[in-house]
Amino acid sequence: MPLGHDAYVVRLAGSWRLRDRLPRAADVLNIPGFVPGRRRLAFDTAQLGAWDTGLLTFIRHVLEDSERAGIAVDHAGLPPDVERLLALASAVPMHEMSPEPARLPWLGRIGTTVIDTGMAVGGVLGFVGEACIAFASLLTGRVKIRWPQFGLLLYEVGVRALPIITLVGTLIGLILAFGAAVQLRQLGVQIFVADLVGISVSQEVGALITAIILAGRTGAAFAAQLGSMQVNEEIDALSTAGISPVQFLVLPRMLALILITPLLTIYTDLFGIIGGGLVAVTVLDLSLTTYVTRLIQVVTIHDFLMGLVRASVFGVIIALAGCLRGMQSGRSASAVGLATTSAVVTSIVLTIIADGLLSMIFSVFRFR
Amino acid sequence: MTTAASISTGPDVRPRISVVDLDMAYGGAVIQHGLTFTVRSGEIFVVMGGSGSGKSTLLRHLIGLKAPARGDVLYDGQSLWTADPAQREELMRRVGVVYQSNALWSSLTLSENVALLLEEFTDLGAGEIRDAAALKLALVGLAGFEDYYPSEVSGGMAKRAALARALALDPEILFLDEPSTGLDPISARLLDDLILDLRDGLGTTVVVVTHDLASIQAIGDNSVFLDTETKTMMAHGNPKALLADPPNPRVRAFLNRESVYR
Repeated sequence: MPLGHDAYVVRLAGSWRLRDRLPRAADVLNIPGFVPGRRRLAFDTAQLGAWDTGLLTFIRHVLEDSERAGIAVDHAGLPPDVERLLALASAVPMHEMSPEPARLPWLGRIGTTVIDTGMAVGGVLGFVGEACIAFASLLTGRVKIRWPQFGLLLYEVGVRALPIITLVGTLIGLILAFGAAVQLRQLGVQIFVADLVGISVSQEVGALITAIILAGRTGAAFAAQLGSMQVNEEIDALSTAGISPVQFLVLPRMLALILITPLLTIYTDLFGIIGGGLVAVTVLDLSLTTYVTRLIQVVTIHDFLMGLVRASVFGVIIALAGCLRGMQSGRSASAVGLATTSAVVTSIVLTIIADGLLSMIFSVFRFR
Repeated sequence: MTTAASISTGPDVRPRISVVDLDMAYGGAVIQHGLTFTVRSGEIFVVMGGSGSGKSTLLRHLIGLKAPARGDVLYDGQSLWTADPAQREELMRRVGVVYQSNALWSSLTLSENVALLLEEFTDLGAGEIRDAAALKLALVGLAGFEDYYPSEVSGGMAKRAALARALALDPEILFLDEPSTGLDPISARLLDDLILDLRDGLGTTVVVVTHDLASIQAIGDNSVFLDTETKTMMAHGNPKALLADPPNPRVRAFLNRESVYR
């Protein structure tokens, strides 16, 4: 309502709480009859009931609108507590950091990206170098392995993985044999199921499947363990105590995985061949003796050796990726999750690239 | 419902929270027994005690996260632990909590952290919610930081943002768990002042769990001391009065930071 010749009064009455249906503050200066010539606004709160920050939000919005429109506001009618809280809300904000995030120009952003990439590559190379030094120190006897902890690691990485390896290995053998069964039967060469399963599993599939399981199971676990040690500052505590985190934490984990991967691959090969045998006996009507005899004829020690070479390389890759991502983890719970995901992705991608390269190398050198 | 308007007309001394013969246990072992005290409306109540005395566990009983082994907590005379889940949720709607680790939702900005509660539990429109969230952040000194993520601000600012979120729905009772943890003395003092300002302005009842002696003396109207050895409350009253006239040597040692080894 108008007050005098150039002022308006905003009369607030009743309950003004967040949960009440409050009028829109933006409408106050847009009401019909609010003559632009009036240059003063006052509040009348004599009939104001219960209120909370719903009222403060409303008044604050009206004050901001008035300031923009160049209208002077008389605060005299406001309750003292409202005044006090408005003063608190408009007090100088914290100066701990600037509210404007720093934005670099495009050239600066490109430069920062290049530098960051260079640093990341340097970080990976540095980590691989440190791991090599740790292995060399182990061979020369300058680093000792703590055997009880190492035994636990071997148990965790190897023995605890056996059930899933048994299941997946058998299923892979079954799937390979099933996939070929129809065609082999049409051609009347069911016996070749032994060649197919025996050679592919022992040369490549066994190692690859083992590597994928270990990447998901063990590589991820390493990244999560080392990442949470970063969060708890355990790795800082080792560094400041003069103990190399790579020698103390990374070396035993890498060693365990490098030892266990070929062993688990032999185990996967065995169950893959058993899975193929199940199909041979039940679907292709071969006798067990025929299947085993054919296997012995066609699968050579070379096939298994190729599988083991692959497995050893994959073991190194998974151990490096898992430990590297864990050591690079940030210091929050979400960073540990990212490190774990990144470890699995890196391991699987690098494993498949390495598999391709090894296949080319074996083929070039006519290994078989 | 108590409002700022009714507070400003004079102190309200009704019991807001009553703890009745409460036993706390962890895995069968009793850590505190027979806790009985009241928190009056509009006061700043401090739960103090040494490490491991069960302060934070008591807080979990008060905010409905963990059922006590025995006894009950009453909000304005209404039982929290015999209420059905829907009633308990309704009672919990009246409280705001600042957790020790701040517990800000990391995928949301500071403004969204406050706004989420307003979106869920009020009928306000998007513009009003944005204004209300901005006001809450401004009240705790974080105007201009609305679009920052929790990971982008300092510890003191995250603590203030957690306080803004706890205030989102204008709670009648505000709980703070070890609010000065990780803050420098100046930031801790600023936080104390802010708690006092908000209590005076909004009339909120405040329960603070802390062992920060300076903070206890600066803001506490009333307090309870949980003793680790006897596993029960050893003192109940105004912290300044307890400091001036400690009821027993253990409370005196705690409040005066005395060495018990000599």
